[in-house]
Amino acid sequence: MAVKETRILLKNVDQPGYTNDIECYMKHGGYKVLQAALKRKPEDLCKEIETSGIRGRGGAGFPAGMKWKFLDRKSGKPIYLICNADESEPGTFKDRQLLYKDPHQLLEGMMIAAYATQTALSFIYIRGEMYEGARILERAIEEARAKGFLGDNIGGSGYSCDMIVHRGAGAYICGEETGLIESLEGKRAYPRIKPPYFPAVLGLYQCPTIVNNVETLCHVKHAIEMGGDAFAKIGTPGNTGTRIWSVSGHVQRPGYYEFPCAGATLGELIYDVCGGLAPGRILKAVIPGGSSSKVLKAGERYKGTFKDGTPFDWSLEDIPLDFDSFVLAGTMSGSGAVIVMDDTTDMVEATANINAFYAHESCGQCTPCREGSLWLSRVTKRMCSGDARKEDADLLKDIADQIDGRTICAHGEATAWPVQALATKFKDEFIAKAAEPKEAALSDRQGESAFRLI
Amino acid sequence: MELSPESLQRIEKLIPRYPTKRSAVLPLLHIIQEEIGYISKTSMEWVAKKLDLNPMQVYEVVTFYPMLKEEPVGRVQVKVCRTLSCALRGGYKVCETLQKELACPLNGKSEDGAFSIEFVECLASCGTAPVVMVDDVLHEEVTPDKAGDFAKELKSSSKQKA
Ligand SMILES: Cc1cc2nc3c(=O)[nH]c(=O)nc-3n(C[C@H](O)[C@H](O)[C@H](O)COP(=O)(O)O)c2cc1C
Ligand code: SF4
Ligand code: FES
Repeated sequence: MAVKETRILLKNVDQPGYTNDIECYMKHGGYKVLQAALKRKPEDLCKEIETSGIRGRGGAGFPAGMKWKFLDRKSGKPIYLICNADESEPGTFKDRQLLYKDPHQLLEGMMIAAYATQTALSFIYIRGEMYEGARILERAIEEARAKGFLGDNIGGSGYSCDMIVHRGAGAYICGEETGLIESLEGKRAYPRIKPPYFPAVLGLYQCPTIVNNVETLCHVKHAIEMGGDAFAKIGTPGNTGTRIWSVSGHVQRPGYYEFPCAGATLGELIYDVCGGLAPGRILKAVIPGGSSSKVLKAGERYKGTFKDGTPFDWSLEDIPLDFDSFVLAGTMSGSGAVIVMDDTTDMVEATANINAFYAHESCGQCTPCREGSLWLSRVTKRMCSGDARKEDADLLKDIADQIDGRTICAHGEATAWPVQALATKFKDEFIAKAAEPKEAALSDRQGESAFRLI
Repeated sequence: MELSPESLQRIEKLIPRYPTKRSAVLPLLHIIQEEIGYISKTSMEWVAKKLDLNPMQVYEVVTFYPMLKEEPVGRVQVKVCRTLSCALRGGYKVCETLQKELACPLNGKSEDGAFSIEFVECLASCGTAPVVMVDDVLHEEVTPDKAGDFAKELKSSSKQKA
């Protein structure tokens, strides 16, 4: 293998003999960083996180240090910290590894974050289907409480903060931070409009609140351990630290892999790390950052200039694995969920599969998202049942354009972006669908090469 | 609605941990569903009373979240992931096989009430696709080849349970 992983977050995960209990964690040096942090001033720790440049790993890539700075401290209201463990963006399964296999790493990161921001009460909002994950976290919390790392008078510092595991119940929109907050308040997960409802100002119970992803909060522990400056040296400026990439779909070795930002390219990830495609198959398309990111098509070129004026000219395989490069290539790194599709993939069916997801998950508050997502799903389903029309690609693009930018939360964009890219980049396939005989669309597929996607 | 003393105790311990009672709605509903299997109107009224809410405020939560069921489901609940990474590796085929082998329609119950099958969205285990949840346990790499045997095992273990 030409490129090698650098495992910081996943260092102990999957190591023989490593278990998820507190004894094992402490044998590996666990909770020392928290104990040292409690002797420092909270402001220093916040500063350290700012220096580290950690960007959110949940999807938007917003710098964590800056988010913490936005906390409205003048209000005098209690501050809440929420770990977003809803992990539901299709293609993403990195948080699951961190939660199940090294829960104390997350707890330590969270208690450091809690002390740094002087949080009054912290929560882990975990998706409802992770029954085992919730049990693991509950146990980890009790273990940490028994050792004085959580709860009252943490580590003898005089600072107290409890932690509650709160289970979702199967709705994707609970991953959106303001939807999550509503859900935690015991309501439907209807996202709130920003402004004014920025969580750092008017969050949980209308109090200043931080929402960070599982991976982000695990990084906090390491950034404090190594120092913000050292953390910022991993990766590239503006794209610091390591990232875990979840790879799924048509590769030989799907899985989760951790690299320093820009420490490998998309091509190296697919071919070297994941063993490439099945014999005889050719790469067709890659969704780089969860199903809401825009698809990349094999053979495309991405050209432009960096901020400093130097030009770049990349193939899909050349794209560095970080945050900004995917934006330069016209898409986003999102949650780091790479879905690989080979030449057997029917792109109209893939689009229909994605559309069905967003239609199912729209919370229904905004007309463009509620009606538009259902319409997109209906059109692509019809196309896959033998009734495709030549003009459908344009229709889909048109519907998606009318959703984009016109909704309360980014679920609107998550619905529109995949369609905008798929129906444009693979337009010929959408048009060819109309010429396909009806029997072909409905016939049973033979062999592994042609699974139905809708 | 009859809840076991253990569940009642869990509920009493849980409510005061939250800054507001209303936040305990989902946890209470989970406890009830895990014990009784679904959430009846009576249960909703019970939760509302417990948390000083209007029953409507509980009802609107129950109807929003896909995991919460208003009707009893099969004794064994099978959830097949429908989303792209699983579909690329045969998730739809797996679902078809399970329906056939367990004699259970999609989104319905088998005649003997032993099984219910539904499609669910991405279960955050796409690297080991296709995945299937059986009650609270995740099963990975349930490929179309293995789906038939998987169903047979489900049938024999459900007979042992019954
Ligand atoms: C529709 C939608 C779904 C989301 N789902 C998740 C999720 O499952 N997990 C997550 O961490 N963030 C998710 N996010 C992003 C959150 O809103 C939020 O930005 C994130 O939790 C912030 O944490 P971070 O800054 O550490 O990334 C989602 C956003 C949207 C718009
Ligand atoms: S964009 Fe969609 S999911 Fe977001 S608030 Fe509006 S309807 Fe709900
Ligand atoms: S697509 Fe099935 S687990 Fe993610």
